[in-house]
Amino acid sequence: MGKVIVITSGKGGVGKTTTTANIGTGLAALGQKVCLVDTDIGLRNLDVVMGLENRIVYDLLHVVEGQCRLRQALIKDKQFGDRLVLLPAPQTREKDAVTPEQMKELMKELREEYDFVLLDSPAGIEHGFKNAVAGADHAIVVTTPEIAAVRDADRIIGLLEAAELYDPQLIINRVRPGMVRRGDMMSIGDIDDILAIEILGVVPDDQDIIVSTNRGEPVVTNPKSRAGQAYRNIARRLLGEEVPLMNLEERKVMHWFKRLLSGEAQ
Amino acid sequence: MFEFLSKLFGGFEGSKNRAKERLRLVLVHDRASLSPGLVEALKEELIEVITKYMEIDEEGLEVNFDKSDDSVALIANIPVKSVKRGMGEAPGAKGSPRVGGSKGARRGRNTGGMNGHLH
Repeated sequence: MGKVIVITSGKGGVGKTTTTANIGTGLAALGQKVCLVDTDIGLRNLDVVMGLENRIVYDLLHVVEGQCRLRQALIKDKQFGDRLVLLPAPQTREKDAVTPEQMKELMKELREEYDFVLLDSPAGIEHGFKNAVAGADHAIVVTTPEIAAVRDADRIIGLLEAAELYDPQLIINRVRPGMVRRGDMMSIGDIDDILAIEILGVVPDDQDIIVSTNRGEPVVTNPKSRAGQAYRNIARRLLGEEVPLMNLEERKVMHWFKRLLSGEAQ
Repeated sequence: MFEFLSKLFGGFEGSKNRAKERLRLVLVHDRASLSPGLVEALKEELIEVITKYMEIDEEGLEVNFDKSDDSVALIANIPVKSVKRGMGEAPGAKGSPRVGGSKGARRGRNTGGMNGHLH
């Protein structure tokens, strides 16, 4: 029986889709069977982040309406094949085309087959959010060290509780150590004080994310990237390993220097 | 030490403290309005505690959050019908008990303010 995890945030643009793609790919790299589900109906995105946009035939709606079999709609990853599949969101229909009950049924089926089912939730707290949490048994909340994102994360944590998804875990994304050092960005400790939920991971702001998204290859497969390292750590933690949080205080110069020494500088 | 040095050189104060403070206030408000159950539960417990000391008008009890620029206060308006006799020997209290200030009790209406540092 697999684990069904919803990845959510409340606020848009904090990196839910990137997080889903990278955790999923990271888990597959560790030998897990993973299914990614894009629940952002009408605004399909996970497919492009995974670089699978050209392979889509059927989507989530076709599956729940019985127009195709589940297996037909699942798109195999370029690198991991059967071990990492994507169920894309419908692009054209209205948002309430899928119901929470249908999602629950679908998750029952998927958790039989996969070790991890990761649901990429849409922004907001409306229908799409309710669909995404309906079949989940665990939640990951993504936030950034910005006041609006943390506020929305707090709200989402309350709503998750109301939906009986207790003990969500937090990922703090796009941390800029230099700004934290200068006192111009809330630190991990500051956010922890406010939200007071378990921290699953901290991901530094990293240009490699944009480069890898451009290519349609999740950054977690890039051994040189710091964000990639952060996502690899998160995947290992999800498997129960104790991995300390990344030391973001290491100065960029040092990082560059290390790269230089290992002959990897650009 | 670092903070001390930063302050020494140019009165620097990072914007994150401002963010934290604003966030703290906005969350007190968000969380209170998000869970109507919280205020109800609070009311019930308040009644339980206060009726040990005095008779109050339970129907007329009001509990609200009041937000001003830099603080959020929990305002409780508790109409007092009568104060029990023998208050000097209140349960567990050595001196005379202080419940929401004696001024309120005399007026028959008591508005107690309390800073709401919820988190």
